[in-house]
Amino acid sequence: MGAVDATGQTGPVHLRPVGPRALLADVADASEALALATWARTVGIAAADVVPAARTVLLDGLTAEAADDLRARLAHWSPQSPVDAPEADPGPVVEVPVVYDGVDLALVADRWGTDVEGVVARHTGTAFTAAFCGFAPGFAYLAGLPEELAVPRLDSPRAAVPAGAVALAGPWCGVYPTASPGGWRLLGRTDAVLWDAERERPALLAPGTRVRFVRA
Amino acid sequence: MSLRVLASGALTTVQDLGRPGLAHLGVPRAGALDRPAAALANRLVGNAADAAVLEVTLGGLVVTTDAGAWVAVTGAVCPVDVDGAPRGHARPEWLAAGSRLSIGTTSSGVRSYLAVGGGIAVAPVLGSRATDTLAWVGPPRVEPGTRLPVGPVLGRPAPHDTPRPPRAGALRVHPGPRADWFAPHALTTLCGSTYEVGSASNRIGLRLQGPPLERVRHDELPSEGMVLGAVQVPPDGQPVVFLADHPPTGGYPVLAVVEEADLWQCAQVRPGETVRFTRA
Repeated sequence: MGAVDATGQTGPVHLRPVGPRALLADVADASEALALATWARTVGIAAADVVPAARTVLLDGLTAEAADDLRARLAHWSPQSPVDAPEADPGPVVEVPVVYDGVDLALVADRWGTDVEGVVARHTGTAFTAAFCGFAPGFAYLAGLPEELAVPRLDSPRAAVPAGAVALAGPWCGVYPTASPGGWRLLGRTDAVLWDAERERPALLAPGTRVRFVRA
Repeated sequence: MSLRVLASGALTTVQDLGRPGLAHLGVPRAGALDRPAAALANRLVGNAADAAVLEVTLGGLVVTTDAGAWVAVTGAVCPVDVDGAPRGHARPEWLAAGSRLSIGTTSSGVRSYLAVGGGIAVAPVLGSRATDTLAWVGPPRVEPGTRLPVGPVLGRPAPHDTPRPPRAGALRVHPGPRADWFAPHALTTLCGSTYEVGSASNRIGLRLQGPPLERVRHDELPSEGMVLGAVQVPPDGQPVVFLADHPPTGGYPVLAVVEEADLWQCAQVRPGETVRFTRA
């Protein structure tokens, strides 16, 4: 499906100018954003930055020619457009070992209508995909939980959440790459290194990465 | 050769052209906030445009060198001296081995740039020597005691570089991308008013105080990618201009985007001073 307008018709993706050198593409959801960002990188749209987010993709650092090229090619794009290139290969599934001892496990169990074992079973049984990064280097918003399992953020963030904390907010799962303040609901912790600027792939969970949580 | 830092003022960081291309991993671009000033400093000492320099906030940097080098200080106006003898601003000066360069308190502007022939050669992180102060990607902040390696000299100083300095004026803005979240007169308010620079302004953003920019949509905007120069408007209606260390994504609507060529001014306005906007 392309972007859906007010009449429910699908049509070309709407592009908003963001200053003279960037365009913001409106899409339906995070999975469409990831698909569009992957497509833009694979077909070689000449943007310095391609930034997928919850309902948009920012294409920044575009020349006028690159912007025209994007408009022309996007007219034929759909989230199902096949992407025939090695970069489009989703690659291996990253396994993240978790000790499930988070302080919010009982609250999440209550919201989900189950017990702590039920939360762990659901969390380890879900195939997540890193949709986009934000908040901090290497902090990925992991999609995979259905909307009905969304949990509210804390009204006021905790002053310190340790690195490796595995947490939920809304329908998203995330792992804190570094210690920081945070308002997500804590399920547990992992020893996996989420961010290392010296690694060839600094972000363990870059957009598009498939993720499985396992008991440590 | 290397520089040894004796004093570093309020904040001194290593900066170059930044590390664009990593926003999708949550990494800010960073880089010198007053790009024309950093570029001039590099030209004056014969460096390439991508050489790393020191960005000094409100002066207060003192360094010594273990070998002779050409240096140049540009940007915010400040007294420059070598071993107590006054030297020029925005021109190449020879710093002899063992001598001490002091950058005094700035008399106008905020950020001065010190370039050294050969460039500051700390180890690059993700392809750049820029320090990002949001997530602290890049070299650590420069502190007293820091030793800064200097690279091989590749060019000659250019004492006759006299580019016309960029002229200060109203910041030119391009409307959008979320102008539809604001009352129709919001852009007119932005461009017709004077905004005072707030004391919380930093390398992440220029925080402004003035007539509030009225929103017509009050629902939550899902986080979206942000550009350099974005004029983001939180619920209180007071605009923030995103500078080099801005978060790559943000959840407040962007009314307009400042022309990149005008952003150097945001590096040099002090809290309490004012800025104006005009349509590009």
